Amino acid sequence: MSSVRVLVGTRKGAFILTSDGKRQAWAVSGPHFPGWEIYHLKGSPADPNRLYASQSSGWFGQVMQRSNDGGATWQPVDNKFTYDGTPGTHQWYDGTPHPWEFKRVWHLEPSLSDPDTVYAGVEDAALFRTTDGGASWHELPGLRNHGSGAKWQPGAGGLGLHTILLDPTNPQRMFVAISAAGAFRTDDGGTTWTPINKGLKSQYIPDPEAEVGHCVHRIALHPSRPDTLYMQKHWDVMRTDDAGGQWTEVSGNLPTDFGFPIDVHAHEPETIYVVPITSDSHHFPPEGKLRVYRSRTGGHEWEPLSKGLPQQDCYVNVLRDAMAVDRLDSCGVYFGTTGGQVYASADSGDTWAPIVRDLPAVLSVEVQTQP
Amino acid sequence: MIRVELPQHLQTLARVGREVEVSVDGPVTLGALLDAVEACYPVLQGTIRDHVSKKRRPFLRFFACQDDLSLEAPDLLLPEPVVRGTEPFMIVGAIAGG
Repeated sequence: MSSVRVLVGTRKGAFILTSDGKRQAWAVSGPHFPGWEIYHLKGSPADPNRLYASQSSGWFGQVMQRSNDGGATWQPVDNKFTYDGTPGTHQWYDGTPHPWEFKRVWHLEPSLSDPDTVYAGVEDAALFRTTDGGASWHELPGLRNHGSGAKWQPGAGGLGLHTILLDPTNPQRMFVAISAAGAFRTDDGGTTWTPINKGLKSQYIPDPEAEVGHCVHRIALHPSRPDTLYMQKHWDVMRTDDAGGQWTEVSGNLPTDFGFPIDVHAHEPETIYVVPITSDSHHFPPEGKLRVYRSRTGGHEWEPLSKGLPQQDCYVNVLRDAMAVDRLDSCGVYFGTTGGQVYASADSGDTWAPIVRDLPAVLSVEVQTQP
Repeated sequence: MIRVELPQHLQTLARVGREVEVSVDGPVTLGALLDAVEACYPVLQGTIRDHVSKKRRPFLRFFACQDDLSLEAPDLLLPEPVVRGTEPFMIVGAIAGG
């Protein structure tokens, strides 16, 4: 029988939620690594029992963990992230040069084909890779050194590389997104990179249409259409159909186009989900009503999904890495909140229910679907 | 042997109790002791000091014999009671406040 495993990273540990394919009764395991910030944990598509976790702390820095048994046991692996060569500088908040300093791993993206290969997006923004199951990590320096790196500037949350998308049809192509630098693409396995921010307009930077400097919150793709990307930007929901050559706004009738996560239905490449947030000053849902918005037309036309979600006095946020979908039929959609709830819909968003409450603030949600 | 007290999270990470014992070849300096701790427990590399600069993580403190050694240089010779093992060298997480 099919089953689902939901991997939840929180401010105070990791939790693993499991259910059968009905997705009605859930078992909760955790906290794993209690007291530590778990920015992200994710399983290998090539070996679902191989999990990787980013464990960090303001006191003790970065620790990396690996599990070979679906999260039942964990082993620390290498935690040394050293920038390649002389790191140089990026811009600080006041525009002055600031040395690159490793702070933490924000996002882990295991290879689609090799359980020992994992990409890591880090703060200060850079891309690292392990090819030995986490025994060592090495930077792919072409991203930071492609020319605009010295102009990158942190957002309020830091200069983090938070999204890594692997093209399932082209192993040489990857997309990454950085706050607040923008989106980038490689077509040669990470050796060289191109900014893909044409069409973005950001009124909060001196040149709203600059090549870099955009605060991209999240990008997502459907595996069957890897040239189509969806983006939740600081403001605006965007899409591109040429792998980032040109973006167009698809915010349409959203009540606000500020937000953090965006994701794509597992079986419908034009069905996408966002969670509108009031504004960059008010990181909570409009009117205190927690609503996911779904577009079945690839943007422009959106419908609110609220059945089962709190519709009064709700002032949580949903962070960029805290939404995911499963691959069952019908597609399950999941998201976690800063209030510690993880909500799930087993019917593509039509109805929702909390599958766990009162966790620490949720930083990330990933889903593994087991046939 | 030199006694070293670890904060709770590092005990969990290294799968040890509150206190570990390590030996140091040569002069027992602050830096040599931390080298020895990291050699005995490689999982602690990077959690007490930065991997590259070897600087103390800002929210950790080093205490011994009622003195705060956090700001001392790595070549500081540790007090005799620590060297003899009658007093522990303490690695302490800064209080979060609140």
